[in-house]
Amino acid sequence: MHPALQAVLTVGIGVSSAIAYFYLANMFLDKVLFPPRGANAGRNINRANMIRPWVFLFPALFALCLYLAYPVVETIRLSLTDRVPGGYEWAGAENYVALTKDPKFWEALRNNFFWLLVVPGLSTAFGLIIAQLTDRLSWGNIAKSIIFMPMAISFVGASVIFKLVYDYRPAGEEQIGILNAAYLALGGSEPQAWLTIPGLNSFLLMIVLIWIQTGFAMVILSAALRGIPEETIEAAIVDGANPFQIFFKIKVPQIMPTIMVVWTTITIVVLKIFDIVFAMTNGQWGTQVLANYMYDKLFRANDWGMGSAAAMVIMLLVLPILVWNVRQARKEMR
Amino acid sequence: MADLKLTDVGKTYGGKVEVLKNINLDIKTGELIVFVGPSGCGKSTLLRMIAGLEKITGGTLEIDGQVVNDVPPSERGIAMVFQSYALYPHMTVYDNMSFALKIAKKSKEEIDEGVQRAARILQLDQLLDRLPKELSGGQRQRVAIGRAIVRDPKVYLFDEPLSNLDAALRVATRIEIAQLKEAMPNSTMIYVTHDQVEAMTLADKIVVLANKGIAQVGSPLELYETPDNEFVAQFIGSPSMNLLAGEITGPGDETQVTLKGGGMATSAIPTQTADKGRDVNVGIRPEDFTVLEGEGAAIYEGKVDYLEALGEVTLLYFEADSGANPVIAKLPGIHGDLRGRTVKLTADPARVHMFSNGNSMRG
Ligand SMILES: Nc1ncnc2c1ncn2[C@@H]1O[C@H](COP(=O)(O)OP(=O)(O)OP(=O)(O)O)[C@@H](O)[C@H]1O
Ligand SMILES: [Mg+2]
Repeated sequence: MHPALQAVLTVGIGVSSAIAYFYLANMFLDKVLFPPRGANAGRNINRANMIRPWVFLFPALFALCLYLAYPVVETIRLSLTDRVPGGYEWAGAENYVALTKDPKFWEALRNNFFWLLVVPGLSTAFGLIIAQLTDRLSWGNIAKSIIFMPMAISFVGASVIFKLVYDYRPAGEEQIGILNAAYLALGGSEPQAWLTIPGLNSFLLMIVLIWIQTGFAMVILSAALRGIPEETIEAAIVDGANPFQIFFKIKVPQIMPTIMVVWTTITIVVLKIFDIVFAMTNGQWGTQVLANYMYDKLFRANDWGMGSAAAMVIMLLVLPILVWNVRQARKEMR
Repeated sequence: MADLKLTDVGKTYGGKVEVLKNINLDIKTGELIVFVGPSGCGKSTLLRMIAGLEKITGGTLEIDGQVVNDVPPSERGIAMVFQSYALYPHMTVYDNMSFALKIAKKSKEEIDEGVQRAARILQLDQLLDRLPKELSGGQRQRVAIGRAIVRDPKVYLFDEPLSNLDAALRVATRIEIAQLKEAMPNSTMIYVTHDQVEAMTLADKIVVLANKGIAQVGSPLELYETPDNEFVAQFIGSPSMNLLAGEITGPGDETQVTLKGGGMATSAIPTQTADKGRDVNVGIRPEDFTVLEGEGAAIYEGKVDYLEALGEVTLLYFEADSGANPVIAKLPGIHGDLRGRTVKLTADPARVHMFSNGNSMRG
């Protein structure tokens, strides 16, 4: 069978079985399990209505458990075990202890922290500034579209682009990396292998993520800025506020909840950052981050125990921010 | 101290849409001026031009003899109260009221004194720590007014400040504004409203806007008693003035008009012999009609189609051709028995207006 046909068929079967599930389950509930007849008609209707939401939710809950809850439990279990030939053995907290003794882990943790400090803040700030500056421009929407475009590029794609930007060729050869070309043109003595310079290289990686996330921050904050009642701004003008005061004292405080949601959303992305580091330096030259460290342990060193332990650390770091973020977003919606 | 002078002020949006033109207006210190007019006639636009929130595209605006067309709002000595209150939602009542003073870099003591004074006047003392969302509509309105008072402006601008309040609160706040005005005899106030009662009760002077310009300026009673044109005549007063088409048949110190409907009206407005045969509209307010019992020349005779008994007065709606406005009479007291009957109406000649080509024939 032609693959396209197969796909159509699969979708067809999937959708119709979903419909069939809801229809039949509902019918079963009403006609067979608790029929609204006989002596207990009233009670049966109440019971059926109590169960109905759960019947309808069941497929979603099931998928959620299978693909989210189960992996978490399994990762916890794995992080407490060691792989031995032919099976595994119980290891207790050993993996976590080993983690604390690995300098690479501390390097990753430190780098993550560094990323956390720089990327969400700068992305949000740039996004906010651009949203404000483009608001009244006739070509503002075009500018915004261009700035938003990196959002459509995968992290790996962006990494490839920036690898070319940072590219290094030995002295004497023509530099194809724009950074080196600019560096030499501005009087630099010889081309630099930027990505191998500790400290600076982490920052160069962060720029990639900032480049991507600024567009996201800008779009959300631009919508928020537009939502500010025009009259509060006019009132501030009458009150004598200058444009900076209007921006910082009237506009920003009014969209603070949105700024926080943007900031935390990017924070979560940063905590999980993997692709950029993986594709550009693979954690060499002091650029290791937690997710890449986990990948190293799990798939390269084949140490599922330590890999899972690293995964748990990431999850523990993300969780509180995630909870806070969801709460804020809900508050926003009200 | 603040005299305002508008000379040939006009507004054109985007070089194409002309909203206002040739507005000439003199406003004296201490006056309370009310702008009224149908929706979309440019009341808010004119107010916002005075505030400096909207560019003046023609003519000049002077405050105290100084042209302020290009002076930013904060330096014009004005304060504005917006229809939607426009409170800063993230600031407490205290911060809302002190914002302008903080921007102006006043000392802490000065700020506190100003806010406390305004809060006392408006009975906001207990609410200073609240956020706007924790206030009722009326309280928010008072904070908005307080924010204006704190700045001690020369000119207060109000854009339909009461339209978001319910009827009872509107009356109460209206009285508060009137008292506020009395307490501050040196401030000029400009007030935009839809509500005739507000306009009539608050205004020293009413400015009726229509057709991109000013239809008439005058005290409330002037507008009511001697409207310059049919528009003002019908706009002020509720229900609207009745207009009856006719022809001058007896010019003189008192003018006789033979009406199309067959009636005969006498107006105290004098006319020349040359006016004989001229087409005019006779205008009579519903409340100026009296029922004519027995014989005599009636201004109008018709069958009462239906009536509204309001207790103190009864409104009679007379049968009219479909599409035409019915003649309405407002009689004091209760007249439930008149429905379906044919009634003759007459009126005091002094209260019979006469319009030619839409303009009053009063000298
Ligand atoms: N930015 C604009 N561009 C073009 N036309 C505008 C603009 N703003 C207002 N107008 C027009 O100007 C006219 C006057 O508007 P304005 O808001 O002053 O009316 P208003 O008398 O205050 O009405 P309302 O009583 O309904 O508040 C309206 O016809 C409106 O369509
Ligand atoms: Mg308006």
